[in-house]
Amino acid sequence: MSAREEILGRVREALGAEPAAVQPSALAEYRTESGLDEDALVELLVDRLEDYKARVEVVPRGNVAAAVRARLEGKEFAVPEGFPAEWLDPSLDERAVRDSREAPLAVVRLDGLDAVVTSSAVSIAETGTIVLDGSPDQGRRAISLVPDHHVCVVPVETIVGIVPEGFARLDTTRPLTLISGPSATSDIELERVEGVHGPRTLDVIIAR
Amino acid sequence: MSSVSLGIPAVPPRGFGNISAVEPFPQAAHRELGNAQLRENLGHATHTIRDKRLRVVSELPDWQALRDAGSAIKTEAMSRLPELLTQFEEQFTARGGTVHWARDAAEANRIVEGLIRETGSDEVVKVKSMATQEIGLNEYLEERGIAAFETDLAELIVQLGHDKPSHILVPAIHKNRTEIRDIFLREMPDVDPALTDEPRRLAMAARAHLRRKFLSAKVAISGANFGIAEMGTLGVVESEGNGRMCLTLPETLITVMGIEKVLPRAQDLEVFMQLLPRSSTGERMNPYTSLWTGVTPGDGPQNVHVVLLDNGRTRALADRHGRSALHCIRCSACMNVCPVYERTGGHAYGSTYPGPIGAILSPLLTGVEAEENSSLPYASSLCGACFDACPVKINIPEILVHLRGEDVEAKHGRDAGPGGADRAGAKSSGRRRGLPTQMDVALGAASWALSSGDRLGLLEKGLPVARALAGRDGKISRLPGLGAGWTQSRDIPAPPSESFRSWWKKRQKDAPPADGDGSTRGPATGGATSDGATEGEAQ
Repeated sequence: MSAREEILGRVREALGAEPAAVQPSALAEYRTESGLDEDALVELLVDRLEDYKARVEVVPRGNVAAAVRARLEGKEFAVPEGFPAEWLDPSLDERAVRDSREAPLAVVRLDGLDAVVTSSAVSIAETGTIVLDGSPDQGRRAISLVPDHHVCVVPVETIVGIVPEGFARLDTTRPLTLISGPSATSDIELERVEGVHGPRTLDVIIAR
Repeated sequence: MSSVSLGIPAVPPRGFGNISAVEPFPQAAHRELGNAQLRENLGHATHTIRDKRLRVVSELPDWQALRDAGSAIKTEAMSRLPELLTQFEEQFTARGGTVHWARDAAEANRIVEGLIRETGSDEVVKVKSMATQEIGLNEYLEERGIAAFETDLAELIVQLGHDKPSHILVPAIHKNRTEIRDIFLREMPDVDPALTDEPRRLAMAARAHLRRKFLSAKVAISGANFGIAEMGTLGVVESEGNGRMCLTLPETLITVMGIEKVLPRAQDLEVFMQLLPRSSTGERMNPYTSLWTGVTPGDGPQNVHVVLLDNGRTRALADRHGRSALHCIRCSACMNVCPVYERTGGHAYGSTYPGPIGAILSPLLTGVEAEENSSLPYASSLCGACFDACPVKINIPEILVHLRGEDVEAKHGRDAGPGGADRAGAKSSGRRRGLPTQMDVALGAASWALSSGDRLGLLEKGLPVARALAGRDGKISRLPGLGAGWTQSRDIPAPPSESFRSWWKKRQKDAPPADGDGSTRGPATGGATSDGATEGEAQ
């Protein structure tokens, strides 16, 4: 008998003639909506991100390019091919290194870059979580990981209040990365220290 | 191993690997308690995390509803396990991954080794994973010339220190910053000799040490916090980014996942991604969570495998009173609040899974009679703090008591009759009855005496004799035999000169007939209750 058949057989036998459990959806009494308006969402997200030691800036939509430029001035950085052109000031062009699934940068090349700029798919205010889903404006997972400085644009309409609202908007079959602040560890005496293997600096630009 | 069905279903085979205590818990705990540095480190760490957890849990108005939902989803997942595993396999395969099944630790290790060999690589990077710790994968690979590099900071500390993990979330919780600095100075070839014990500096040293490994690794091995049946998605919850490095950069990714980790729907993540971070590190959300579904062309590993591991899980599932231990999401909240764990540390449990959850999970995976695991269900004061802290409401104290019962049956075995249809009965039937122990004799005598008033009265006449055992201070401080365990750290007050019952009889004889119930109330507690127990616990 194959291991598969044997294990499934053991499971069936172990369960015996148990009655099927109640569908938990009937029990879902936890919150599924926050009911917060845009101002409250932005305020909460900023508070939570700053608590994680991320640098956060809220700018009008028209000023995103200027905010991005300020963060990347003088740096050589990766940018996913689908990153909106209007968010990238032409003065940055010569130090912008393009990446896509079709023409991916080598890992060592990424390691030599100073920063990366991406957009984002969904942000959850209550937990200060930004989700990247690998869309063309966010790029491959490696580009937002290897460079030490991540500049991330959060369009205000992608902000939701709580975790269930976030997952409701996400397609789980895409490669998802949930980011809540810069890389950190609690492994030494259970005290949080920011900055280990992932980007040690996280800049968030919320575009309203 | 197959057996003939006689109506009572056969017990599934036990699990192997790092899930069996090699010495009895009391012995191990006694040794660990002698380490004052360990107790100080653990006290500091567990109290830090307790406060953080309470703070972030109290922020959520619907915490209890989330716990209920978490518990219900896990119960549902267990009851639909065959169907969910099949669905997971189908989905994972359809999206470009390969599914393997492993009956036990040895089979899982062989499968992983084979997959690594196919890539031609002789080293792998690893994301912290309980499942691979459980099956002893690192040791197995090392013996066969494959180097496995742990990349989680705490796992790295343990690996460099030639040590063993003592906590499921923070495996190096037993080490303080100075001890960690000393390990790094000794074991990291190119470390700055001026390294201080500031946690930030230590984290930077780990970053520098592992950077080249990450960038050049061809094969990574991970565990999984969740496997979603609906679409074949796997998830890893982490903090440092070492997980992302392993899950994203290498060409080959091999994930070892216990079969109990499967969840029915992607939507279930909305519950567990609230319960897990707050319960484990006491954060609103952990820094990084990665979710991947098979292969994404052009992004991340293109050769993706998952090994579905039984290793005693079906055995635990067959125990209907213990199976909810499989609901565990490995958050470690139970160990952080446990008064026993806080003092003994994780090594005393002798298993990958220490603390309250380990005290039930290890014996459930191996069978309570395996090695020294029979002592684990007693490694608890049954205070219930673990149950309160558990995000999926596993009733750990109840399962501890159930397993104590199993242990007693196993050792002093009364055969379950044909009526004993549940698994506990099935397991003990046919087992050779052990020789009666001191405890058996004592309990037998107690049963004889307490089942008849006359017999008890007869024995009570002996109280003055027992009184003579006490010293001048009116305390008995050393009992022989079985009683020595009690008096080792406590005194017993001398028994009173007569029993309450004989005092009462005498009083009834002497006193005039009572005119009402109320007036007959004597000194109700008599001298019979000993306060020795409370004294003992205060120590």
